Amino acid sequence: MRLSIERRQALTDLWLVGPATLALFLFIFLPVAIVAVLSFTDYQFGAASFNWSGLDNYIKLFSSSIGRRAVTNTLIYVAIVIPFSVGFGLLVAAGLHQMSNWAPRLSNVLKTVYFLPVAATLVAMSVAWQMVLHPSLGIVNQTLFSMGLPTPNWLSDRGLVLYTLSMIGIWQSVGYNMVLFLAGLAAIPSELYDAAEVDGAGSGWSRFWTVTWPMLGPTTLFVMVVTATNAFRVFETVATMTKGGPAFASDTLVYALYREGFVYFKAGYASAITMVFFAFLLALALIQFRFVEKRVHYR
Amino acid sequence: MNHPIRSRVLPLVLLLTGAAVILLPFVWMLSLAFKPRDEIFTTTIEFLPSQIEWSNFTFALTETDIPLFLWNGLVMVTGILFFQILFAVPCAYALAQRRFAGRGLLFGLVVAALLVPFHVTAIPIFLGFAQIGILNTMWALILPFIQTAFGIFLFRQFFAQLPADLFDAARVDGMSETAIVWRIAFPLALPAATAFAIFSVTAHWNDLFWPLIATTDPNLATPPRGILYFRDQESGDNVGPLMAAAVIVTAPLVIAFLLAQRKFIQGIAAGGLKG
Amino acid sequence: MSAILELRDVTRRFGDKTVLDKVSITIAQGSFTALLGASGCGKSTSLRIMAGLDRPTSGEVLLGGSDVSGLSAYERNVAMVFQSYALYPHLTVAQNIALPLTMRHLSALGRVPFLGSLVPGAAEARRTILSKVGEAAESLGLAELLDRKPGQLSGGQKQRVALGRALVRDPALFLLDEPLSNLDARLRIRMRSEISALHRRTGKAFVYVTHDQTEAMAMADQIVVMIGGDVAQAGAPRELYERPANRDVAAFIGHNAINFLEPGDGIDVDGAIVGLRPEDLAPAATGALTGRLESAEYLGSEIVLSLRSAKGTEIRAIAPADFDVPAPGSEVRLGYAPHKLHLFDAATGVRRRTTP
Repeated sequence: MRLSIERRQALTDLWLVGPATLALFLFIFLPVAIVAVLSFTDYQFGAASFNWSGLDNYIKLFSSSIGRRAVTNTLIYVAIVIPFSVGFGLLVAAGLHQMSNWAPRLSNVLKTVYFLPVAATLVAMSVAWQMVLHPSLGIVNQTLFSMGLPTPNWLSDRGLVLYTLSMIGIWQSVGYNMVLFLAGLAAIPSELYDAAEVDGAGSGWSRFWTVTWPMLGPTTLFVMVVTATNAFRVFETVATMTKGGPAFASDTLVYALYREGFVYFKAGYASAITMVFFAFLLALALIQFRFVEKRVHYR
Repeated sequence: MNHPIRSRVLPLVLLLTGAAVILLPFVWMLSLAFKPRDEIFTTTIEFLPSQIEWSNFTFALTETDIPLFLWNGLVMVTGILFFQILFAVPCAYALAQRRFAGRGLLFGLVVAALLVPFHVTAIPIFLGFAQIGILNTMWALILPFIQTAFGIFLFRQFFAQLPADLFDAARVDGMSETAIVWRIAFPLALPAATAFAIFSVTAHWNDLFWPLIATTDPNLATPPRGILYFRDQESGDNVGPLMAAAVIVTAPLVIAFLLAQRKFIQGIAAGGLKG
Repeated sequence: MSAILELRDVTRRFGDKTVLDKVSITIAQGSFTALLGASGCGKSTSLRIMAGLDRPTSGEVLLGGSDVSGLSAYERNVAMVFQSYALYPHLTVAQNIALPLTMRHLSALGRVPFLGSLVPGAAEARRTILSKVGEAAESLGLAELLDRKPGQLSGGQKQRVALGRALVRDPALFLLDEPLSNLDARLRIRMRSEISALHRRTGKAFVYVTHDQTEAMAMADQIVVMIGGDVAQAGAPRELYERPANRDVAAFIGHNAINFLEPGDGIDVDGAIVGLRPEDLAPAATGALTGRLESAEYLGSEIVLSLRSAKGTEIRAIAPADFDVPAPGSEVRLGYAPHKLHLFDAATGVRRRTTP
């Protein structure tokens, strides 16, 4: 029997959107619901059953020194990466934008160089960083030593390791922010600069403050949110170089969720860490949504 | 332009210094990969190798599983991309060019799904995969990523710009909706598809989080996972081959990036915008 | 002549908005029908319902006498030409024209490049398609352009390719949705006669949607005027011009906008609104109507006069080119033939049966 045309249309729609919708539910919405439920249990991977534990996991995360460590370390990491990565990204973009007027080739080459860390495999680069920062064989300490300066243990000094990781985080993300700012700069009409010049703002700095900076305002906010979102997810460098150590000095939320969940198999506790991590990112997304129309157009 | 020296030289010097810092790990990685063993384990500063030493690369390619890791990475990113396109394009087309009950709701779900980072879903997916016994298989590496809210979103935005007449014409010409998706919509979306492919391949080639969780079998290691196996086995005294391995793993994407910079920057920038 | 296509009491609602309200249209075999109306009047929706791209909320669609509401666009075997041409940008002209035929004659497997040639009958079908495409291209002057992509064509050429794609499949009915509105004025006039020629050559019914009454008058043998989701009047161009069924149709049809005179403007017939076309109103020494001249436009072949009645209504009249235009502000007497008056009910706007 022939199906009615409405029925055929409905089946077509189902055929087109069904698989993707099913996958969305199976791999996003269902897991989110499960992780939220698990965070209120003491479930362990492999266990036959679990008990409800209320807010215990959350209390443990915020009251144990290790749990607090992961939260504060992540916040410190994000707080360092945002201003430096965004600041350097802006300066590099402004410099390259200017340079493209008188040395377009060099400007392009430098743009490529700055973007390189974004495209490169971060784990491999972390291994390379480990050698750069090697206490005795690394180029950094060799240079410091030859200049008679102290040679710190960049990755195994408790007081230093988080800042070393932040520095690598900045190294990795500057190029990305540069690209977003370059797009923002390209969108500024050149008449505005002419107008500023007529109005007496001729020098580089005053042009920057009267035209560039105000026009980049929305872009900057957006870049900050994107940088923060990516910084909150820091994992590869930690897992490769420090495994959260020494003594949890470089533990972060995502690394803690990995360790508690998949090394110690504490699924319930790891779910609570996941939910806290998720809450941070949702808060950032909320900020981004308020400015979503201001999305930059990259070229 | 009153002070060409001041307005050009100072920024130039700063930009070059910054670029040198950016390049430092790349140069050091290459330098160590080409250095003979005795030049690595020295405390005197030798920025560049005294001679090009290929043995580190030979070692990494013949004595280790690096080729296998590269192959695993290739299979994984190809598999992921194939299923992502297969699922996302028809859905995006329907969202953009067809009217059906629940369309607005579905689009809302797609946008909501954009907000969920993969890390959040890892524990339940791990549990589920353990249940059905597919951990430690290539499927475990591919399946979680066949959904791509971002891909649906990107393609939908693209298809929404195409004139509806085009698809009506195809219907009048006798094309089924499936044929329209793959013979009309998808070929037209190739620019968007390229950007998406670059984003997807880069993200998954470089990912460590999920391979670290889903596989414990070294034979299934992807390049980043494999590098760590290699490093942990050699416990630090085989630096030359390790650096050569790092170079080999990084090379495909970096070379692709150098060859198609514009597309790369577009793709990765577009991917990052999903937040 | 029998009807090839019929809409019977077709209603189409989008949400709570009624776009078509019990519309009935009959398309005769071999006729050229124009659906004429302003944008948003429902003419394009009517066309899409005829094509099967859209379905009525209620009512029937009959094609060749049988109900086709359950058939898709392709199954109805109608051809459609779109305002935006809707050519596939990634296919060549030849592939664009051939597409409906490949969909019909080649199985899914046969369409696969290389592999397809191994399918039995595929080579034969390919030859047929090639010769039909060649024929269509030849007849539309596209033979030289077959290997180009649509992006490399001019607007007129694109329109021809779109016509070729419609022509090649030998459809029961051609549906054209404002096909000329993206072309410049000169090309539009040329394409108009090409489409008319195509209609004569194929002998198939054409349904042509347009908002341009000149186009409709020039090409159609039946014009369906649609206003606000309703058929206001359907008939031959001459009938619409000479006996508009109501004020709205009268206002829509005709090169010069018709004058509407209210009682007190100088022509009083039982309180009716009087419609009088500018071309039926000319300066005459003994004319019954007077107006104060405001401006005059000299157009070479004629002079368009703008006047105002004593009551203040604007009146436009056409004077011969040699008319000696008096100074603005002068009184001008205007004459007309009584049988040219159109009388409309002041309340409903409907045409009155009797003319004085």
